[in-house]
Formats: sequence, C-alpha cells, structure tokens
Amino acid sequence: MTKTITLTINGRRVTAQVSPRTHLADFLREQQLLTGTHLGCEHGVCGACTLLIDGQPARSCITYAVACDGRAVTTVEGLDADPTAAELRDAFSAEHGLQCGFCTPGMLVAARDVVLRKPDADDRQIRVEMSGNLCRCTGYVGIVNAIRRVLDARKTNAG
Amino acid sequence: MKAALFDYERPDGLDGALALLSRDDLSVRPVAGSQSLGPMLNLRLVQPDLLVDVSRLPELTGIRRDGDHLVIGASVTHARLEDGDYPDVTGGALARVAAGIAYRPVRNRGTIGGSLAHADPAADWVSALTAMGASVVLAGPAGRRTVPMDGFILGVFETALQPGEVIAEVRVPAFSPAARWGYYKVCRKTGEFSHATGAVLLDPPRGVARAVIGAVSGPPLVIDDPAVFTDPARRDAVAADRLATSSIAGDPAAIRTHMVALARAIAQVNP
Repeated sequence: MTKTITLTINGRRVTAQVSPRTHLADFLREQQLLTGTHLGCEHGVCGACTLLIDGQPARSCITYAVACDGRAVTTVEGLDADPTAAELRDAFSAEHGLQCGFCTPGMLVAARDVVLRKPDADDRQIRVEMSGNLCRCTGYVGIVNAIRRVLDARKTNAG
Repeated sequence: MKAALFDYERPDGLDGALALLSRDDLSVRPVAGSQSLGPMLNLRLVQPDLLVDVSRLPELTGIRRDGDHLVIGASVTHARLEDGDYPDVTGGALARVAAGIAYRPVRNRGTIGGSLAHADPAADWVSALTAMGASVVLAGPAGRRTVPMDGFILGVFETALQPGEVIAEVRVPAFSPAARWGYYKVCRKTGEFSHATGAVLLDPPRGVARAVIGAVSGPPLVIDDPAVFTDPARRDAVAADRLATSSIAGDPAAIRTHMVALARAIAQVNP
C-alpha cells in the first residue's frame, strides 16, 4: 500500500514511494535523512515538527507525506540562506533563546512567521503567536527577547 | 503515535470523491487538513481503511457571496478566514473566531468543514457558526441538502452527516450593519480547546438575539431570548436552567465556568 509522490524539498525535486500512513516528518527524517525536523508529541501539540509547506508553517506530524504531493516543503535545513532565519539564528544566540535545542527548529520556523506576518507585534502578541511551540527547558523569555530583537532591528533599519 | 495502515485517494472532483465515499465495502473517511483527524489517526482512535482527500477539490475551496449569504467552501482554511481575503458579511466576526483557533501552523491547514464534521463540542466553529445562524450544505449520493447548524451537531463527535455524505459548503447569513458579536472562551492556555464558550449575536434589525453556550460535552445550547442580553438575573437563570439538563449537569464548577463565559460574551455586545 504505497503511493508515488513528487514534491520539492528545500528546492530539490524529489519523487518517492510513501505509505499513506507515513507522516511528513517521518518521511523527511527516515526516507530523506533530513533530521533537522524534530518530533515531540506527534499529535500536533508541541510544535517541534513545524516546517513550511508552500511557504506556510505547518505541523509535519499531523500532515501525511502523501498529502504533500506537488507541494514545496522547506525544513530548517532549507533556511540556511533565508535572510529572516539568519537574523533569528543570530538573535537566538545573542539572547540565549535555546538551551537543549530540541524545540529550536520549530521555534525558528514559527518565529520567522511572526517576524514576516506580524512586524508590529508587541511582547504579548509574540507570546500568543508562539504559544503553539513548547520549550521544555522553559526558555521562553530568551525566545521572546530574540524575536523582539529581530523586530526592533528591522524597524530601526527601515526607519 | 503512528497511524495504523490506511489507503489514500485524492480525486480531482467532488463527484469522484462522493463515489469513493459511498463505498460500503470499506470504512472511508473524508480528510482535508488532517488537523483533527491526524491526531486521531496517530493515536489510533480511528482506523479507517481509506482516506479521501477533499482538501484540493475546486468545488470545496472557494468563498463567494450569494445574495444575503457568504458561502464558504468546506475546505477553506482557518488561516484564510483569519486573513480576510473575501467579501465579509460578519463585520470581522469570522476573522476573529478564526484567529483564535489553535495556532497558526494548525490554522494554515485546518478547515472549517473539517472542524464541523469532526464535531468536537469545544471547537470554535461549532459554537460560533451556531450563534451566527449558519447552515451547512451536505453533498451525498442523493444530491445536496441544507441543514441548519442548530440541528447539525447532534452530540460529541456526532453530526447529521449520513454515510456517503460530505460537507460541501457553509452558508453564513449577512449581519446587518447594526449587528454586535460577542465571543468568549475559557482556556487555561492560548490556543487550546475551550473549557467553556459563550457566543452571542445581537442583530436587532434582523430580529436576532441569540446566545449560545458551547463546549458542554454535547450540542451547543441555543438561547433565543432578547431578555438575557439586558437582564443579568434573567441571563443567569436561563443559563442555569439549560445547563442543568445538559451533559455537564452535576458539575457545579463546569456550570459556573460556562455561565461566566456566556456573561463575558454578552458583556462584549452591551455598550
């Protein structure tokens, strides 16, 4: 019981056989060896597996690979050259926005969405927008400060 | 957290989907964004033989104005309703409800029709669309039929959908410019499922004064009584009366929480 799918992964066109029950994160990690996408709860709660599908953040643990036929998937590995992700990586480092790093791939993808979609977010809005991503080291202050730093720097540069 | 084996088809059109959904030799489930069904599958709470992906069907992905209704395709995502690229008829109420559903990565894939078909009593659309007086258009082997929201949700995870049917559209009646919308849900954490929901629509030019108490482990409780908007004692008496015969009867803390949710929703519409 397998299906053939063709999709773009980090800019690379891939055709693969998948079992319909294989979720996107397992497909990426085990068939494509892209282990940057982390799996925490596997039922859509923790946000560790958040990546981009057609440029929009999504949970890869409750999205099945077979449903991504024809889509463009971007994992944290595919954000190396992304300018917003680069700013966030520096800010996460400067603000100590990670400790063990398990939640970080999902945090970066979600944070990038906040920076691009809510450029005027205050700290409370950042917290609301990021509330779908759990950090079990409870490093939320550093994470919020990192996003704050990027938003502030962008405003300063734009002004 | 791995789903049991299932097969998957993604037909090109609604007719093809209905043909697959009407198969009675297999257990078949329609799926759109899989944001509710996905967790159920991963937890093996549901184990269908075949999923029919309706998320890309052109018949289910549009939003259009039809006279005094907004017609929303069942596979329209919460994020699209949040972002508002449609001729809104609700003064922003649809966008406000959508923005409070779970988290943006979930809203990017989860759909309005999927949420209603899943019929979790705590789901936002279940309470909100009932208060808005919306109806759902169901497509099935025998054609289409329209069911009002107050009558579509029958219980916990239970709807009026018959075997072989799928939600095609949601029809939302236009609010008048004078309409006031109130919505309050009790959540310990942002984006989690509601513990108690109050949803109210006060639209005097259309003769609408509807209050809904949701997340009651059953269908939403509908109160069509203008007095609950103006008289707090009456509001509490009516709410207590309805809750006393609901699924949460016997749980005083839950009843109190639901009365507070309703009071806070009503407070939003009263100037």
